[in-house]
Amino acid sequence: MSGPERDPRAAEPVRPEGRAAVLADYLVPGARAALAGRAAGTAVLGAWVLLWGVAALRPGRVAATLRGGAVDEWVALATLVAGLAACLHAARRWLAPALHGAGGGSGPGGGPSDGGGGPVDWEAFGRHRQASIGLVLLGALVLVALLTPYLAPYDPNAQHAVVATRFLSPSLAHPLGTDRFGRDVLSRALYGARISLSIGFVAVAIAISIGTLVGAGAGMAGGVLDAVSMRGVDLLLSFPRLVLLIALVALFEPGIALVTLVLGVTGWMGTARIVRGQVLSIREEEYVQAARALGFGRWRVLTRHVLPNALTPVIVAATLGVGNTILAEAALSFLGLGVQPPTASWGNMVASGRDAMLHAWWIAAFPGVAIVLTVVSFNLVGDGLRDALDPRRAGGLR
Amino acid sequence: MIRYTGRRLLQAVPLLLGIVTLTFILLHLAPGDPTTAYFNPNIPPDILEQMRRNLGLDRPLPVQYLDWLRSFFTGHFGYSFSQHRPVAAVIGDALPNTLLLSGVSLVLIFVLGCAVGIVQAVRQYSALDQALTVGALTLYSIPGFWLGLMLILLVSTPAVSSWLHLPISGMTSIGHESMGAWGKLRDDARHLVLPTIALGLASAAGVARYMRGSMLEVIRQDYIRTARAKGLSEREVILRHALRNALLPVVTLLGLYLPLLFGGTVVIEVVFSWPGMGRLLYDGILARDYPVVMAATFLFGALVVAGNLASDLLYAAVDPRVRYGER
Repeated sequence: MSGPERDPRAAEPVRPEGRAAVLADYLVPGARAALAGRAAGTAVLGAWVLLWGVAALRPGRVAATLRGGAVDEWVALATLVAGLAACLHAARRWLAPALHGAGGGSGPGGGPSDGGGGPVDWEAFGRHRQASIGLVLLGALVLVALLTPYLAPYDPNAQHAVVATRFLSPSLAHPLGTDRFGRDVLSRALYGARISLSIGFVAVAIAISIGTLVGAGAGMAGGVLDAVSMRGVDLLLSFPRLVLLIALVALFEPGIALVTLVLGVTGWMGTARIVRGQVLSIREEEYVQAARALGFGRWRVLTRHVLPNALTPVIVAATLGVGNTILAEAALSFLGLGVQPPTASWGNMVASGRDAMLHAWWIAAFPGVAIVLTVVSFNLVGDGLRDALDPRRAGGLR
Repeated sequence: MIRYTGRRLLQAVPLLLGIVTLTFILLHLAPGDPTTAYFNPNIPPDILEQMRRNLGLDRPLPVQYLDWLRSFFTGHFGYSFSQHRPVAAVIGDALPNTLLLSGVSLVLIFVLGCAVGIVQAVRQYSALDQALTVGALTLYSIPGFWLGLMLILLVSTPAVSSWLHLPISGMTSIGHESMGAWGKLRDDARHLVLPTIALGLASAAGVARYMRGSMLEVIRQDYIRTARAKGLSEREVILRHALRNALLPVVTLLGLYLPLLFGGTVVIEVVFSWPGMGRLLYDGILARDYPVVMAATFLFGALVVAGNLASDLLYAAVDPRVRYGER
């Protein structure tokens, strides 16, 4: 929000790239950019160190995966390899050219999997300090969730010698303590991250799909269909979401699949309104009329000309939506209506620590911190995207 | 204004009908019916059949639907199987408690939110503004149930409880009946403190963010420059000239935060054992007491509709452009 960070490309003269520089990029990618004061370089370097750290910390588990492991171990291994490759790629393809004044994109300062392109003004996003912090946090979170089989110090459901190991306060052996069954809170929180994040992403994907379909249908069709579907949206929006969720969940056996589905089914109304509004205004644009005049069918006009231009606010809504969905899932699981124990989710971990709170505060406290951190980073990124997508706002903010 | 009010009221009717219909559909999607859920499985089939007939479950769905519809006009919501008394009585006990809790939270949300937003706007880009922005963003991301638990933890630590003795659950202390009027009020207020904060703080942060933006927009306008040029004090400019116009759009937030607030009462009432509608809904789910669950769901929907109506009317009352602007 303050402190103008000028683009270093403008000031630095064009220099040829030496052998040492290339070698440095392959050994410690991002380091040169980080030294030049670029936050993106620091992020790449951080990811590089984190990934090698994991490999160095748990060589045994990595080796065990190669000898035949479960699916999530293979996913972790793939993440490790792909992450390291992405760090190298990022350092050579967009950090190095930028350092040498050869143009090249100023990418986002986040996880290695972020691609460029699209309607997002990454320049504005990168200068948005809060958003960059959010993206780095989010990237780290996703990495940690994918690498959990390697990172978690213990099996999340293992209970050995319960009486001796339960309610242990945070220590080196158990950084976040143990719960009333002697299970390691850190390991459970790490596995909980996978559950909460995947439920959040999948539920929002469902919600965005339904919302886009309904909104685009209503906007393009107009008339009775439009009126009916928008009244339906009004109707669903007049229930508090949590109440609707609880009433729906009550009809079935609770479980991860049900929670995800129900969160998706109750979360699409906002998107439908946004898309409909966008479609209604874009429909009248000249390029859409031109497409129609060329004789393109309705479907093609909708999918090729209208929707791509209507989706920008949807991206923002989706990002903020993941945060809200994670909050809703946590509330449901806290009430015992979401993810069921022994599967760890942040919500049910807080619930399980509730009774023991006064003598073992760590069981309920740390999963909550994880929720707050996650939701904060989604909100930071969402706000940043909104500014980056809207040049008027971005200019006003600085 | 009267015509506007009438039109708004008419628009709310189909919405309420929709809510009644949706809860009816949900009720009938539920597996089994009350007889299978609540009664002893050893009851002979012919008696079970008699019970179904007594409850009106053997009649065709449209008739049951009309019955359900009528129940919301007469206030007979059916019979609670877990509490063995009419649903209307159960709700009659719980509703005032929830209205009290959410009403006080609403005051906290808007008073605190607006105050913080104004301070931020007046001191834009200052360290205070930035700290409050970060604080608001964090608060906005805190789950209410966890905030509630952490508040309980906080007031239970010896360091805090030695000077601040706050009750952590329920609505009244033991011996509430024998207190005087002043004592009762004090007791109620003390029980309200923690649930109100846990319920309202996140939304207050949201209001603060919005208020800051709204105030900044107003401060930029010409009439504020005029007011300053007249030599009015900054305090007068902000509080007498800018505040009124900056508050206008904030009124619309009422409609936005009501569903959040009522949804929040469910978890907050569970955390603080507050005997309200949210707790009723939760207990109803655990006991598979569908009549209670659906009546509570309907009432939450109706409360939101009523709240939206109130916020629309309030907005029209304070900003004449709204009621004349619409066709």
